[in-house]
This record gives sequence, C-alpha cells and structure tokens, in this order.
Amino acid sequence: MKTILTATLLTLSASGAFAAGHCAAGKTLTEGTLTIATGNPAYYPWVIDDAPEAKQGFEAAVAYAIAGEMGFADDAVTWVRTSFDEAIQPGAKNFDLNMQQFSITADRDRVVDFSAPYYTAPQAVMTTVETVDAGAKPTMESLKAMKWGVVASTTALPVVTETIKPTQSPLVYDDNANITAAMQAGQIDAALFDLPTALFTAAVLMDNGVVLGQFDPSAAESPDQFGALMPEGSALKECVDEALAALTASGELAAIEAEWLQAAVGVPLIK
Amino acid sequence: MTTRRAAYEARQRRRANLLAGGSTAVVLVLLIVLVPLAPGWEGVQASFFNAEIFARTFPDLLSAFLINIAIFAWSVPLIAALGLAIALARGARAPVLFPLRIFGAIYVDLFRGIPVVLLVYLVGFGIPGLGLPRPWNSPYIWGTVALVLTYSAYVAEVLRSGIESIHESQRNAAVCLGLSERDTMRYVVLPQAIRRVVPANMNMLVALQKDVALLSFIGPVEILRQAGIFKSLLANFTPYVAAAVIFLCVTVPATRYADYLMNRDRNART
Repeated sequence: MKTILTATLLTLSASGAFAAGHCAAGKTLTEGTLTIATGNPAYYPWVIDDAPEAKQGFEAAVAYAIAGEMGFADDAVTWVRTSFDEAIQPGAKNFDLNMQQFSITADRDRVVDFSAPYYTAPQAVMTTVETVDAGAKPTMESLKAMKWGVVASTTALPVVTETIKPTQSPLVYDDNANITAAMQAGQIDAALFDLPTALFTAAVLMDNGVVLGQFDPSAAESPDQFGALMPEGSALKECVDEALAALTASGELAAIEAEWLQAAVGVPLIK
Repeated sequence: MTTRRAAYEARQRRRANLLAGGSTAVVLVLLIVLVPLAPGWEGVQASFFNAEIFARTFPDLLSAFLINIAIFAWSVPLIAALGLAIALARGARAPVLFPLRIFGAIYVDLFRGIPVVLLVYLVGFGIPGLGLPRPWNSPYIWGTVALVLTYSAYVAEVLRSGIESIHESQRNAAVCLGLSERDTMRYVVLPQAIRRVVPANMNMLVALQKDVALLSFIGPVEILRQAGIFKSLLANFTPYVAAAVIFLCVTVPATRYADYLMNRDRNART
C-alpha cells in the first residue's frame, strides 16, 4: 500500500501537477514547484549542516511541512540562497518564500510581505565564562554595565539600546562569527541573539561561551517573531498563512519546535 | 576697447557655452523623463529614494559620520609620517643602509598586496585576541593600525615616485652648494617631490575617507554601519543613499580644492 502511495506521489510530482484548484496553483515562480530561500550559510539549529534538502533543522522542517500542507511533494521543493539584502531589494525575487529567521516588524512589512509567525524567539544573552566569573548576573543592573555586541541585520540592537540601555554604546558586527571573534578578543562582554542561536553559538562556536539568561518573550512589548518573507503583494501569502494555521491547529508546528529547539529549558529569565 | 579678435573670441565662448548648456539640459531631461518610465521605477524609488526615511535617518547618519571624521583625522598624520619614512628607507643610497631598503620593499609589497578588509580583520581581531587588556584591545586602535599599515604603503610608493621624478641635476646642484645628503633631501628634493604628488595623494585621501568605513567590520558604528542598521530595520536602502550624500558633501569640495591648489601651483610656475 505504502509503495503504491509513494509511486502515485512520485508520478504526481513528476508531472508537476497537484489537486486542481489548490490555493498555490499558478502563484509560484515555477508552476508545480515551491522555491524556498534560506541563508548562505544557513546555521544550526535552523538548518543542520547547511543542507536544507535533508529536512533536518527547524526551518528546513517547517519549510517542508508548509510545502506539504500547500500540496507540494518533498521533491517539488527547490532551495535557493539569498542574503538579507537580496530579500528586500526592489526588483524581481528568485524565491517564493524566504525563511532565515526574519523578524516581523511593521517597518519591514511595508516593503515585503510576511507570513504568520512560525516561531516566537526569546532574546538571550550570550557571554563568556570569564565574564560570569567576574560577577555577571542575569539582572538588568548587571547587563547595563556590560560592553555589548550585536549583529547589524537583527532586531537585537533596538532591544539593547532601548531595553537594556547599557552605559557604553554597543559595537555592531556583520555576523555571528565576528561576534565570536570580538568576544574572544575581549572587545565585548555580551551579545544578544535569539535563544536557539545563542545556545548554538555558546556551545559550538565559542570555547568559553555561556548563555547567561533569556528575556521572557511574553513580557516583551513586541516579541521577536519569525515569519517567512515573500515579495510585497505576493499572491501566495494567504495560502502560506492557511498552511501555517493548519500546522498550528494540528500541533505539528509545536512538534517540530519540540524536536529541533528543545534545549531551551534551564536558561534563567532575566530580572 | 575690444579688438576684433576679442569680440570673435567672446562670440566663440558664448556659442560653446550655449552648446554645452543645451546638451546638458537634453541629457538631464531625458534622464528625468525616461528613468521614471521604467517598469520597476516605483519599486526602486520606494527602496532607494524614500524622502520620509531619508529625513528620519539623516540626523543619526550625520552624527555617525563624526566617527569617520575622527578616525580619518588621527589616521592621516600617522600615514603621512610612516609613508614618508618608508619612502625614504626605500630611497636610501648609502650601501650600509641596504637592509633598510630591503625592509622598505618588503613592507610595501606586503601591505599594498593584502586586501584592506583582511588586514582590518587580522589586526582588529587578531592582535587584541592575544590577550591585551582593555582599553588597549579597542577596535578603534587596531582598526586604525590596519588602515595606517595599508595606506602608508601606498603613500610611500607615491612619495617615492615623486622623489625619483626630481631631476638628478637638482641633487648635483645641491652638492655643489655644499649641502649634505640629508639637507639635499630635506631642502631640495622633498619640497619639490611632495608638491608634485599632491594630486595622487589627494586621491589617497579620498580613498582613505571611504575605507574608514571598513572599520565597521570589527565593531565601530560609523556611518555605513549605521546606514546598514537602518537598512535592516526598515528594509529600505535609502539610508545608504543618505550616507552617500554625506560622503559627497565632503569628498567633492576636497577634490575641487586640490584642483584649485594644483592650478595655482601651475600658474605660479609658468
């Protein structure tokens, strides 16, 4: 039975057809395939080993779940890579969906379209063992005294400057690798990431990294929510939102989150 | 009292001015009319020339530009001094000073050959990584060192070409007057050589002015980084255009001033 089903699916996808009248029909770049973009490189735990085709990693898994919900078989999903800038440039885009931890903000929403959020990211503070030994604590008072570093293309900078209000102005970097280098050079004490990225960076990229604490996302005025980015006015948005609603209702999204982003427990809340 | 020749020349000048003005106007009108006709113009305009975002981000960009000016200001004297020292080392004539010449040549080859970005990373993260305490591991200090290393290599070559362009007869004349080797360089060769390479060095200054922005890779929030932050928060490229406007406000007068200096120098000599 299973083989018959697989065979049917294969023929279906090979001919590039799916149920007529489906919401994605005629709305993708290439009829019958869904083109999804991710970062270059794409980082753990969002995509494992920089290979989204393997369906390993939170965003890769969510992408395939959305695609499946929209009626695309796994092999009808093509991956491309874009930078942040390519995703927001005004010309034609080379993707239907772009998933690389884009935080949904009102300002960005005016230029591009976002799907409904697929993850609410707590912001977390990464620091070094040395800084903790020197007396750093997960309290606002302690955070204010630190020298901060953030990645330029994230929404972390407003959080640092408006919520933490450190005494020294923060330094800003291009990516996580540069933050790690600056921290190892002792130029910054702490960096603000979304929690999964903070955990990964502290554990894998740093020798002496620690996640000091996380901000309670439910307490934040505008929590950091990740959405799939689409070109402004994308006809696909409704369809993607529908798929995400179905995944949320069925509990599948929560299951994917539990599978890939489970290590978050045990990080203290910042007071 | 105008002669026939003066009248003719005035007529010719008027005609040339009219033609130049006319052709410029045609080009401008074509640009203004044709570009907005392109199908993607509205999108490009909203992404790059958004007046509201321009006004909103301009003050912050301007204050970030002060950091560029500061880095530039303290780099220039260091570059000039080190560049001159390297140029003199490469030009040393005494046989005993051969090691100095070798050093100068290696220095120039090395630092002119390495991309500035790499040097900024290497010096900006690498040297502080060796375990320097604060504030000696500041990215401002080591970023400046990286810029000075690269630019002094360029400037040394520019100065050396200036020194070599001074005719041998000048040195001979100085020797005949009883000047020492050192005084010949100091009072005869260098004043002429430096004047001769002002345009090339002006180019260096304009390039340095833009390369200061590379320090943003290792942390400082200067104007391009600030523009990048706005770009990412607003998903709009207008802040870069605003930054470009600020850069132009500085570089265009600087180049025009250099042109003026050179013209004055040329007129004085003829």
